[in-house]
Amino acid sequence: MAVPVAFFALFFAYPVVAIVGRGLKDGGVWQFGRIGEVLSRSDIQDVLWFTLWQALASTALTLLIALPGAYVFARFDFPGKQLLRAVVTVPFVLPTVVVGTAFLALLGRGGFLDELWGVRLDTTVWAILLAHGFFNYAVVVRTVGGLWSQLDPRQEEAARVLGAGRFAAWCRVTLPALGPAVAAAALMVFLFTFTSFGVVQILGGPGFSTLEVEIYRQTAQLLALPTAAVLTLVQFVAVGAVLAVHAWTVRRRETALKLVDPAQTARRPRGAGQWALLGGVLLTVLVLILLPLAVLVERSLDVSGGHGFAYYRALGSAEANSGTFLVAPLEAIGNSLRYAVVATLIALVVGGLAAAALTRKAGRLVRGFDALLMLPLGVSAVTVGFGFLITLDKPPLDLRTSWILVPLAQALVGVPFVVRTMLPVLRAVDGRLREAAAVLGASPLRAWREVDLPLVRRALLVAAGFAFAVSLGEFGATVFIARPDNPTLPVAVARLLGRSGELNYGQAMALSTILMLVCAVSLLLLERIRTDRSGEF
Amino acid sequence: MSTTRKIAVTAVAAALGATALAGCGSSDDSAAGTGSGGTKGSGSKTVTLVSHDSFNASKGVLKEFTRETGYTVKVLKSGDAGAALNQEILTKGSPRGDVFFGVDNTLLSRALDNGLFTPYAAKGIGQVAADVQLDAEKHRVTPVDTGDICVNYDKKYFADKKLAPPKTFDDLAKPAYKNLLVTENAATSSPGLGFLLGTVATYGEDGYQDYWKKLKDNGVKVVDGWEQAYNEEFSGSAGGKKAKADRPLVVSYASSPPVEVLYADPQPKTAPTGVATGTCFRQIEFAGLLDGAKNEAGGKALLDFLIGKKFQEDMPLNMFVSPVTKGAKVPDLFTEFGATVDRPTTVAPDTIAKNREQWVQSWSSLVVK
Repeated sequence: MAVPVAFFALFFAYPVVAIVGRGLKDGGVWQFGRIGEVLSRSDIQDVLWFTLWQALASTALTLLIALPGAYVFARFDFPGKQLLRAVVTVPFVLPTVVVGTAFLALLGRGGFLDELWGVRLDTTVWAILLAHGFFNYAVVVRTVGGLWSQLDPRQEEAARVLGAGRFAAWCRVTLPALGPAVAAAALMVFLFTFTSFGVVQILGGPGFSTLEVEIYRQTAQLLALPTAAVLTLVQFVAVGAVLAVHAWTVRRRETALKLVDPAQTARRPRGAGQWALLGGVLLTVLVLILLPLAVLVERSLDVSGGHGFAYYRALGSAEANSGTFLVAPLEAIGNSLRYAVVATLIALVVGGLAAAALTRKAGRLVRGFDALLMLPLGVSAVTVGFGFLITLDKPPLDLRTSWILVPLAQALVGVPFVVRTMLPVLRAVDGRLREAAAVLGASPLRAWREVDLPLVRRALLVAAGFAFAVSLGEFGATVFIARPDNPTLPVAVARLLGRSGELNYGQAMALSTILMLVCAVSLLLLERIRTDRSGEF
Repeated sequence: MSTTRKIAVTAVAAALGATALAGCGSSDDSAAGTGSGGTKGSGSKTVTLVSHDSFNASKGVLKEFTRETGYTVKVLKSGDAGAALNQEILTKGSPRGDVFFGVDNTLLSRALDNGLFTPYAAKGIGQVAADVQLDAEKHRVTPVDTGDICVNYDKKYFADKKLAPPKTFDDLAKPAYKNLLVTENAATSSPGLGFLLGTVATYGEDGYQDYWKKLKDNGVKVVDGWEQAYNEEFSGSAGGKKAKADRPLVVSYASSPPVEVLYADPQPKTAPTGVATGTCFRQIEFAGLLDGAKNEAGGKALLDFLIGKKFQEDMPLNMFVSPVTKGAKVPDLFTEFGATVDRPTTVAPDTIAKNREQWVQSWSSLVVK
């Protein structure tokens, strides 16, 4: 408990409070009147309203598209399943600059829809909603599907034997068990879309602005710290409210679940209905996820006078980029991996300890801490980044120019994933098993190792995968602190896109494709580890 | 319990592997920062340059600086120009570096009013063109480069349509160019702001809103950033061609056409894009010695170097801006494919500081909403 608390106090609470204080204090006196002033501005109200409704719409749409996917991935066995599960997670970690480009190619002028039916969705809210679905599909599939695959189907079968209809059995048995996971997934999607930045900026055009975009503009561009501070507080309150609702639902629904090995629950689809469902999900994945990704690959190979690997070759040399980078862009892969590994380790240690502490103790204070751990997802990177600047500026903690700041900032975003993924599973572990172990003379540590660990190993790996992927794709905080001699992949992509010329554009696409592959391979490896072990208990 | 053991062994191995990887990360860092090992001492051999993401210099020229002065340059980039400057303002008095490069004339007053810089008259300042020395009396900042924000056009489009490309702001509002122009959001993008300031300079504070009403009626499209405008919407750029973009006019830089040539393979004989030279707004970029710099002597040497011929001649092909020092040679690529802008518009930094927000706000409600 002490480690996560200290970590959050030092690297999150302190910087954020300091930067908000800068905006709301004048001569050492808090100016709360500023809150009313800012909130009564009609342009700010427009921003608030748009932020809220697009997040609600995006969450609903994502659940609608992804829940069938969660079911199919959890319960059906089909060739290429692991690969596909890795692939659907790739969008989640791609920089928004890149995704925006891909979506414009599909939805914009001369795009897929335009050529077929003359429909253009760029600069409409539909493009934003679809892109949010693209980004967050994996959140639902992994969070809900992960638990779903471990629910014992025999419970539902038992209900049916006892006379319940198919639907009634599902509603009474499976749905309540899935409730917390669905709520957790919906909450995450809502948080991501509520704080959406790049997607809204690129696909929405200047007509649309979310709270996060506005905070960035007020802080980084205008240095209007009072306005930014008020907006940060609003975002805090909103995110806090969502988290409170979530905590309440979870507490009401959570019960000890009998978890089983997913290998036993998945089987080949049977009957026309199940095959149609599988087909529908595969088609969704194809259109929503694979198509935009394919566009990127195609553009990375599209050299003048045919297709080829010229852009990839150019990535290998610093000279071809005459000064854009001090090192060859390819080295960004190594940088990204190293940062992501360190960030994942930090996130696992901090998040794992926090999740363990949260399972054991159930006091009001601890529950409050549970919600606090989620806050980094709801606070804008620019607020945290600017907070770092004004707080971590004295030795021994003058970290402003140190490399460790990058993984620290990335871990901050990774920890909530670790906690969210671990907590439902940890709480679902039957406490009596632990007690039995204690009665038989096991120390608490041994009981944890022998009882909890084997059951949560899978969740731990999923959590690690999420933290790793988030770190790989993290851009907002990294761009502030990554040093020019070791840029990460997303930073390098953004730098290439920031310059004109065919070679730069092509290299940006090539590097995005590489980022995509690196993510897919890491996630795929993780899937392998999961199944290799699954037969052991 | 063999399972548990396996897990434990795997976990330890993974942790070790990860630490090893992390170790590579840190050792790389310490290798890169060997020069900075002496930062703490008074005779520091490292000088830190804080800048925005667009800062670039060739390796050779930075080595040349080390050879001449004994100082190693460490570069710290932090966001776009506005964000980079604002971070400096926040860390005033306890700066992350010694020299800041990249405050332009649209933001200059904000920097000076916040007392960010220690005055220093760089050696060789006499060789710098007088019209870019906006702080000539106090020397708090040193001009380093100039660049022009201008409308670029797609040569092929206008040739195919047998239509003359526009030359001036007035032209852009004419029916012949309806629905052809894409520009950036003046609130979030520096070329967007530059273009808006250009119209303010041309039509005055009373007239610019009328002009923008005309532009809006003439179908101007506004997107958030330069990347999108140039790579996604502008039909003349390499990215735009792939994206099947359909706007042949874009707000970009006078140096964009040479870049299109430099990064094309094979290099074309003429640039695919041109510049409407009557639509330009001049940006001047400055550097200054940060107040509270740890290595003041190194910072001063760096400022001298920035306006020296070697750096000035290295700059055009790295940052695509023009030198300010008299006698600094501009590369052939620039003279051959670039445009000469004879009379760019400009607005005094004080006037910009006073009115920027109000201009941008009325522009937003007029054009974006």
